[in-house]
Amino acid sequence: MMNGSEMRSPLGRAIGLGSAKEGVEHWWRQRMTAVALVPLVLWFVIALIAHLGVDQRAAVAWLGSPIPAILMILMIGVAFYHAALGIQVVVEDYVHREWCKLTLLIATRFACFFLGVVGIFAILRMAFLR
Amino acid sequence: MAEFTLPANSKVGPGKSFPAPAGAKRTRDFKIYRWDPDTGQNPRLDTYSVDLDACGPMVLDALIKIKNEVDTTLTFRRSCREGICGSCAMNIDGTNTLACLKPIDDVSGSVRIYPLPHMPVVKDLVPDLTHIYAQYRSIKPWLQTVSPLPPDREQAQSVPEREKLDGLWECILCFCCSTACPSYWWNGDRYLGPAILLQAYRWIADSRDENTGERLDDLEDPFRLYRCHTIMNCTRTCPKGLNPAKAISEIKQLMVVRR
Ligand code: SF4
Ligand code: SF4
Ligand code: FES
Repeated sequence: MMNGSEMRSPLGRAIGLGSAKEGVEHWWRQRMTAVALVPLVLWFVIALIAHLGVDQRAAVAWLGSPIPAILMILMIGVAFYHAALGIQVVVEDYVHREWCKLTLLIATRFACFFLGVVGIFAILRMAFLR
Repeated sequence: MAEFTLPANSKVGPGKSFPAPAGAKRTRDFKIYRWDPDTGQNPRLDTYSVDLDACGPMVLDALIKIKNEVDTTLTFRRSCREGICGSCAMNIDGTNTLACLKPIDDVSGSVRIYPLPHMPVVKDLVPDLTHIYAQYRSIKPWLQTVSPLPPDREQAQSVPEREKLDGLWECILCFCCSTACPSYWWNGDRYLGPAILLQAYRWIADSRDENTGERLDDLEDPFRLYRCHTIMNCTRTCPKGLNPAKAISEIKQLMVVRR
């Protein structure tokens, strides 16, 4: 911290670029998605166990019917949004090289959205193209 | 990046041994981190064998005895020797605490003493607190009002309003908590850490302060406040029994309430 090449005052360094005036939204959404995931994941696990061993045709028919399809789309959307928010925190915690941090933030965001859309598309396909 | 090993020039090597005086019956080994910036050498762990029958009960008593009678070069901070100045904070037996409040008998085996973790070291057990003091100053730790102060008396505060400051005013700024917080280790350049956030909340919670909104504005930041992930190391280690993690979650709640 005491870097000889810097003559900026300690207070100046502590204040830095000032407050970003954001963070509460991220924090709130992370909690809201966590709350939403509790019943969704619970339903998913129970339904999965109930359908253990069924053949592909029956599985597609079940996932394509309205209630499972809606719950599944909700779960995929919320889960990947929650994952994106969570991964962002981990990257900000541990990656300190600015360019590396930015690249990872963008890449993981894109990956989460991509995977979410893929999942939702698969469910829609089962629901409408049978 | 998170650091899992010490840099090569910070690796701690074996040091010197100072035996207890002949005839001592009840002795205890104190293994103490030593580093002198002027020698250019790596830190080392010196071992001092202390005669407990000729020493006070606390770890600080042993440190003072060693400095007075065995090795005057041993460097550490202390002042009040009763847990009120916050100077003697250090890592004893793996936990950040105050040497003056830590009984030697609470430690089994030899007593290992290091400076507060993850701070730059000035010498031996003395950490460089420049940045954390600057962070403290940055939260404006004083009463701010817009209404003119009453000229002839102090600002009134009801008993319940005053009670909101209990558990906050007792903080002695020893920084045991901040230097035990992994988030502060990895991001202490921007994250304020538990000690400073507890202090920030002390002024937010003060009914006489009229700058609450600006104080919250200044804290709302992914790094300054939201690096706290409620790991609770802070609360577990505070030698004054305070709960910085709770103060931090109060701030986070206020952020949601005022949206
Ligand atoms: S609760 Fe927050 S401030 Fe306390 S140790 Fe954990 S991350 Fe640090
Ligand atoms: S909250 Fe406790 S550990 Fe942290 S600085 Fe204050 S007294 Fe020390
Ligand atoms: S010497 Fe003052 S707190 Fe220990």
